[in-house]
This record gives sequence, C-alpha cells and structure tokens, in this order.
Amino acid sequence: MDAQVKFSLRDAPHEMIERAVKVRAENVNVFYGAKQALKDVNVGIPERGVMAFIGPSGCGKTTFLRCINRMNDTIAIAKVTGRIVIDGENINDRKVDVVELRSRIGMVFQKPNPFPKSIFENVAYGPRIHGLATSKSALEEIVVSSLKRAGLFDEVKERLHDAGTGLSGGQQQRLCIARAIAVEPEIILMDEPCSALDPIATARIEELMEELAKIYTIVIVTHSMQQAARVSQRTAFFHLGNLVEDGPTDVIFNNPKDKRTQDYITGRFG
Amino acid sequence: MTAIDIGVPRGVPRKRHAPTARRHRRERIFKVVGLLATLVGLVALGALLFDLAYSGLPRLSWDFFLNFPSRRANIAGILSAWVGSLLVILVTGAIGIPLGVAAGIYLEEYARKNLLTNIIEINVSNLAGVPSIIYGLLALGLFVYGFGTGRSIFTAGLTLALLILPIIIVATREAIRAVPDSLREAALGLGATKWQVTRDHVLPAAMPGVLTGVIIGVSRALGETAPLITIGALTFIAFLPTPPITSEPPFISFQWLWDGFTVLPIQAFNWVSRPGDDFHANAAAAGLVLVLLTLGLNGIAIYLRYRLRKKLQW
Repeated sequence: MDAQVKFSLRDAPHEMIERAVKVRAENVNVFYGAKQALKDVNVGIPERGVMAFIGPSGCGKTTFLRCINRMNDTIAIAKVTGRIVIDGENINDRKVDVVELRSRIGMVFQKPNPFPKSIFENVAYGPRIHGLATSKSALEEIVVSSLKRAGLFDEVKERLHDAGTGLSGGQQQRLCIARAIAVEPEIILMDEPCSALDPIATARIEELMEELAKIYTIVIVTHSMQQAARVSQRTAFFHLGNLVEDGPTDVIFNNPKDKRTQDYITGRFG
Repeated sequence: MTAIDIGVPRGVPRKRHAPTARRHRRERIFKVVGLLATLVGLVALGALLFDLAYSGLPRLSWDFFLNFPSRRANIAGILSAWVGSLLVILVTGAIGIPLGVAAGIYLEEYARKNLLTNIIEINVSNLAGVPSIIYGLLALGLFVYGFGTGRSIFTAGLTLALLILPIIIVATREAIRAVPDSLREAALGLGATKWQVTRDHVLPAAMPGVLTGVIIGVSRALGETAPLITIGALTFIAFLPTPPITSEPPFISFQWLWDGFTVLPIQAFNWVSRPGDDFHANAAAAGLVLVLLTLGLNGIAIYLRYRLRKKLQW
C-alpha cells in the first residue's frame, strides 16, 4: 500500500512522480512529562530527495525528527505514542532493535559534534562497530570514500590523523556527514545542520545535500525558510506541536492552504 | 577609557555609573584576601614538610629502608612498614578502583533516575564523610569475625577499599556527568550500543576526572591508621609477608594476602608514642617516606592523566 502513494515534487510540479513512502508517521504524539510537544502528527516522507521541516522555535520539528531514529529514547521523561513506519515496519514496536535501526538512519546535529579523536577515527568508528570492513585496507577505503562523498577529502587528505576537532565549523559538519554516511544509512536526519555555520560553509553543505539526495532520503529541520526553499522538494510546516500542512515545497511557499503557514512564510510571526 | 567610549556620540554627556574608584578598591581587596588565604595553606604545609624533613632526613639511609623495627632506635627501620603499605594499597586499588568506577558508571549512565537512585546518591556522598574508624569497626565484625579473613593484608585492603569506594564513585559520577551529551548522541546516532558509547567515548573523556578521584582515594587510604588498628594490624613486626613469587610451580603465591602486616602510618604512630628523641626522629623519617610515597603515587597518576588528556583531541 505504501508504494502506491504518490508525491508531487517541486522539480516536476505538473506530474505526479511515483515515489515510495520511506517514512510514514501515524498519529504521533510526544510528551515531555506533562507537556505535549507533538500532537497527532501524520505525514509521509518520500524515498530519496530532501524533505524540510520548518516552523518557529519550539514548534516540535526537532522533536519529530528525533522520533525517526528513536533518539527521544535517551530523554527519560519523553514518551512517544503512535506509529512510525519505515519500510513497512513500525519502529515504535517493542521488538525493534534500536541499535540496528540507528545504523540505518544517520543523524547530523545542530552543533558539529566530532569525536575527540582523529579525522580518520571519526569516520572509521561507525564501520568498525558494525563490522563493515573486514580488513584494514577495506576500512581505509570506506573512510576515504566517505570523506570524498562529503566533499571533505581534498581538504584533509594530508592530515587524516589530526584531531577532527581542529577543523573549522563547516569542515567539522562535513566530517559529521562523512561519519554518518560511512555506515551506509538509508535515511539521513539533519537537525539545523547549518545554524552554526557561515554562508559559504552553508552553501557547501547545501550542495552536498543535493548530491546525497540522489541516493539517500534526507530529512532536514531548518530555521531558514530560504534554505528549505533551496534544498527541499517537500516541506512540512509545524506550529505549536501541530503539523499544520505538508506538500511540495513550491506549493507550501507559494500557495499554502493554511493561514498559519501563510503568516509564517510571509514573516508575520516566527 | 577609550574602549568604554565607543558608541557614545560625541558631545553627549555620558551617564556615570557607581563610583569606579570604590569598585576598583574592592577588586584589590579581594585579590589580597585571596592571596592570603592561599598563603595560609601553603605556608602551613611548607612548615610541616620542612619540620618533617629537618628531623627525619638525617635518619634516611638504605639501612632505614632495609631494617626491621627494633628496640634500638638507631638500627630500627621501616622494611615491614613500607612493604605492608604497598601490599595493602595494591589490594585496596585492585578491589576499590574497579568497583568504584563500575558503580559510578552504572549509577550515572544506566540506572533510571528515580527516588531510589536519589537515595543511593545521597547515601554514597554521605559515606564519603563517615569517620574511618567506623569502617574499621565494620571490618572487624564482618571480615575478621564474620568471614574469618583474619588480621591480614587482605582484610586491610578490603577495609580501605570500602573506605575509598564512595570517593571514587562520586568522582567517577561527576567526571561522567561533565561529558557533553552531544558526544553520546553522536555515537548513539551511529548505532552504537550503550556499552559501546560508554566504553569508547564517555569513559575516555571522563578518565582524567576518574583518575583524580582515584588519586584522592588512594592517598587517603595510604594515610589511614585508625581502621587498620581496629582490625588488628601489628605494631611491631620483624618479618616480611610470604613472597609472591616462589621457586616451585606455579611460581606465584597469594599466601601473602593472609599474612599479618603493619603500615607506615602505624609504624610512625608507634614510634611517636615512645619516649626519646631518637624514636621521634624515626617517626619523622617514616612520615617523610609516607609523604614521598604518596607524592610518588600521585605523580604517576597525574602523569597518566596528562597523557590521557593529550590523547583526547577536544
């Protein structure tokens, strides 16, 4: 049933492109203690391409992003209800192995957070714990190709064994992206990946996202509507814990159905 | 002055804040008070060390280290005491450090935060402040009489391990709490298990802090006298424990664990309570050795901490 759902994408607004749903949320609620952070969210995220979550601060977009790889499990007071179906499997099911789930879903955080280890070790860590490389040379190959795909290799190839934390902010964020793609995920979650970066570093990350979106399903939370417009094919607007509306990015930006979306897009609040 | 004036349009009279002279005076006063407070501690410690060195240093010789205690002050030595101290600390560390670190990791990373863990946390902190003689009484009842471990090196090590356990647990927890969550999330996001996150990222980052706790704990254990006297440490001992290496297979013996012992602070206490300046000089010398031993062990730990910090590439 999932495979039959059609998404209209910005690149081809006049025709429906058939894309399988990679992630489907059904009636997702999140509570932090007594406070409800997300209310009955229903949304589908298409396979491959970029989907952006926008909305004012505290609207629940990051909370929802963290539901997709069960990162809210780490918060003791957080309670998630509802179903999140990835490839036909409800990941909120008790039987789901969270460790295995997260190996299929990479995450890039708001603040670049490389391990306090060398550049090489940063990228090699994931493949190592998942046993993706059987030999030292295979591991090196994964590290190099991941750094290349993250567009960082040329800048760091002379100093792979220097500290990852010694890189600039933009380089650190690309290192984190390399670290995420080294474990061959299917989905990459990005939580405001450019909020700590300057415009040039931001542009590089956005280029990279476009490239990665050919293979991976990318979900990005962003404060910047321009960024959402630039990088995504689909956008969802969150407000006060509700998913107000979602659709092709150009529809959300040019012809939103809901007044709240319109007010936010036109800068009346947020 | 110029730095303050930036942004204020020319010709506009600037509003004066509280008299700056008074604020500067307070600044200076605190500097002096702080310096004095620091000096009180340093001078007291320096005087103590100087006094110890002045009376004890002339007694320090190879013979002093290699002789057993004696009724004659000039040939009495600390062989049994320093060997005893080292062996007891070895047992203490071997038991107390892994237990303390493991408990600290469990409480901070694994245990659910609820009323029970709160009660445990408060009690662990309180245990660090319990007088050491209480541990001695507990050990006498539980280990010596209850488990029948005797008045041995093993009992002493076990007792001191209990004593330093809360110190190490508290230090480990604080060091682990200081590790930023972003590091845990980075590893969890890659699909690492909780144990992998702890072993590969949290512990290495917390290690310098953990070592600080270990240093404080071990130093405290080295100087403890009361609980060891309570469990029946000997005060006059003219033999060494069974050697750990034997000439017959399996070449290793743990018989020494069950031997009687004395430690440096007990030896010093014993000498100090005797009449006569000769023995008092011996006590000062033993005290000096104890201080140097503590400094030496701390030096090793500080060096290790420095090496670990350098390996972390924040």
